[in-house]
Amino acid sequence: MKCFSRYLPYIFRPPNTILSSSCHTEADIISTVEFNHTGELLATGDKGGRVVIFQREQESKNQVHRRGEYNVYSTFQSHEPEFDYLKSLEIEEKINKIRWLPQQNAAYFLLSTNDKTVKLWKVSERDKRPEGYNLKDEEGRLRDPATITTLRVPVLRPMDLMVEATPRRVFANAHTYHINSISVNSDYETYMSADDLRINLWNFEITNQSFNIVDIKPANMEELTEVITAAEFHPHHCNTFVYSSSKGTIRLCDMRASALCDRHTKFFEEPEDPSNRSFFSEIISSISDVKFSHSGRYIMTRDYLTVKVWDLNMENRPIETYQVHDYLRSKLCSLYENDCIFDKFECVWNGSDSVIMTGSYNNFFRMFDRNTKRDVTLEASRENSKPRAILKPRKVCVGGKRRKDEISVDSLDFSKKILHTAWHPSENIIAVAATNNLYIFQDKVN
Amino acid sequence: MLSKGLKRKREEEEEETLGVDAWWLDPGHPAVTQAPPTVASSSLFDLSVLKLHHSLRQSEPDLRHLVLVVNTLRRIQASMAPTVTLPPAPSPPVVPSVTDNLLASSDAMLSASMASLLEDLSHIEGLSQAPQPLADEGPPGRPVGGAPPSLGALDLLGPATGCLLDDGLEGLFEDIDTSMYDSELWVPASEGLKPGPEDGPDKEGAPDLDEAELDYLMDVLVGTQALERPPGPGR
Repeated sequence: MKCFSRYLPYIFRPPNTILSSSCHTEADIISTVEFNHTGELLATGDKGGRVVIFQREQESKNQVHRRGEYNVYSTFQSHEPEFDYLKSLEIEEKINKIRWLPQQNAAYFLLSTNDKTVKLWKVSERDKRPEGYNLKDEEGRLRDPATITTLRVPVLRPMDLMVEATPRRVFANAHTYHINSISVNSDYETYMSADDLRINLWNFEITNQSFNIVDIKPANMEELTEVITAAEFHPHHCNTFVYSSSKGTIRLCDMRASALCDRHTKFFEEPEDPSNRSFFSEIISSISDVKFSHSGRYIMTRDYLTVKVWDLNMENRPIETYQVHDYLRSKLCSLYENDCIFDKFECVWNGSDSVIMTGSYNNFFRMFDRNTKRDVTLEASRENSKPRAILKPRKVCVGGKRRKDEISVDSLDFSKKILHTAWHPSENIIAVAATNNLYIFQDKVN
Repeated sequence: MLSKGLKRKREEEEEETLGVDAWWLDPGHPAVTQAPPTVASSSLFDLSVLKLHHSLRQSEPDLRHLVLVVNTLRRIQASMAPTVTLPPAPSPPVVPSVTDNLLASSDAMLSASMASLLEDLSHIEGLSQAPQPLADEGPPGRPVGGAPPSLGALDLLGPATGCLLDDGLEGLFEDIDTSMYDSELWVPASEGLKPGPEDGPDKEGAPDLDEAELDYLMDVLVGTQALERPPGPGR
């Protein structure tokens, strides 16, 4: 097989530094990655409930080679561990998802969620401060009013840039089960949050109420056979959303049809391939992520072994199926035993919907070009990523003679899994979370 | 403390069982290629039951994981239904009767236990009502000889370890100090045991397993069980 790099549409280079925490604790494990709508900001959430926002450096004529690197912009503690006294349960602070709101003024807004509570955060800059108060002195101490003989107007003076994050809304107590998804509606007034059995619709201004729009909880829990795994609003049609299930199905719902969208408008499911049937068929068909294309014409789903692209107008099968790591098909028993078969990988579109990307094991991640049908496996690791060096494509050897640069299936490290990735909305910049490390790759500068 | 110990023991036991059991997962192993599908199904069944119990033991189970394991278990059960006995080799004679009991009673027992456990999950939602007494304990007259799932997996090791029910288990846990488990919170052995190796050699059958399981769950729900959760990450 030809060396793939010649045909690689995007040749990625790592930046000078790989952003990571110096000592790896479990709290530092990155649990979500998301670019904002312009790509200027990149947010990560971790298991310890922290959000770290990176901002892209403005390009300057002086330092062309440092085009657009990302540096830390703001860090804040979004969620703390909580204890539900009523149920005697500890609520993890791990950030499951972050979603940005489109920017409408100078401040940035994002939603972050753990298992139970969604929060709206405002991230704003302060580079001026008022000076010359009448009732307070320069240190902020109150003055004795009797000593004030003249009045003055306070003036704003420049100060060192300070980025502050404040929680503007807390949307709590609406989910009995674990929240797996949040999605901002295209009307920018509402958003939805989905847990294992229910989906709720919120208005950003109202925190003490939410509308339940999907409820698949059976009257008798003995009959429970399916859970909701992911949900997302259509990028343009504010009445339309999709949600995926553990049985490998996707339902598209129209909120205009009824208040409770238990009856779907469209139902996407691929018939099971009888030749591939096994005890694990259902587990590997469970969809771990669903994403609308930017155009709104397609949806992409990720199950354990494949990524599928569906046309909204065709429900009976996907239009494209990409094998992420088919060599694992013969190892499903072991992967069931060590629980890896339950790993939830995410998938992303590039800005033009022509390339899709998803993670795998051994810190590998895969890209599929939908037009040329070419695919590539890359690795996010310090050893192989010298700054400015081109990423070399990797290959997994499935049997027979192993070539020099190939890695055999049995040598794969299943503890190094790339579950979360993000693609810049318009440029070829990708963010890849490998446990506690965040890798940002850019395509080469011409 | 107790839950920490319980978890440690479970992981240790899993490591031991899985470490020894690894051969049956290797498709290239001659024993596996020669073994009829029923043997592999039985192993998967035991593994799935183990996972189910482990999942349910969490204070707040991962519903997706639980549902997928239960559905897989149902699939395996459905495929095993016509098969009542295991082939004699490589299992020793004592195993078929044990597994027989497990398979024969598993349908009603498992669905009853799964049903009641899933029902309890729904009660977690509305705690304004008192937790229901866990009366769904399965059909009466359950065979006493049924082995806990962990034993089932061990049973397939082969003739050398065929008599696990007698001495082998004690030998496996000789090095473990069980003094920390001498606590009044533990149900006495004669009344049925929690499904864990720390209970010692006096193993009751899988039926009591579920009853103890349900009791434990109920205790957690009403808060009588001491909550000794390990410290959170990074703290």
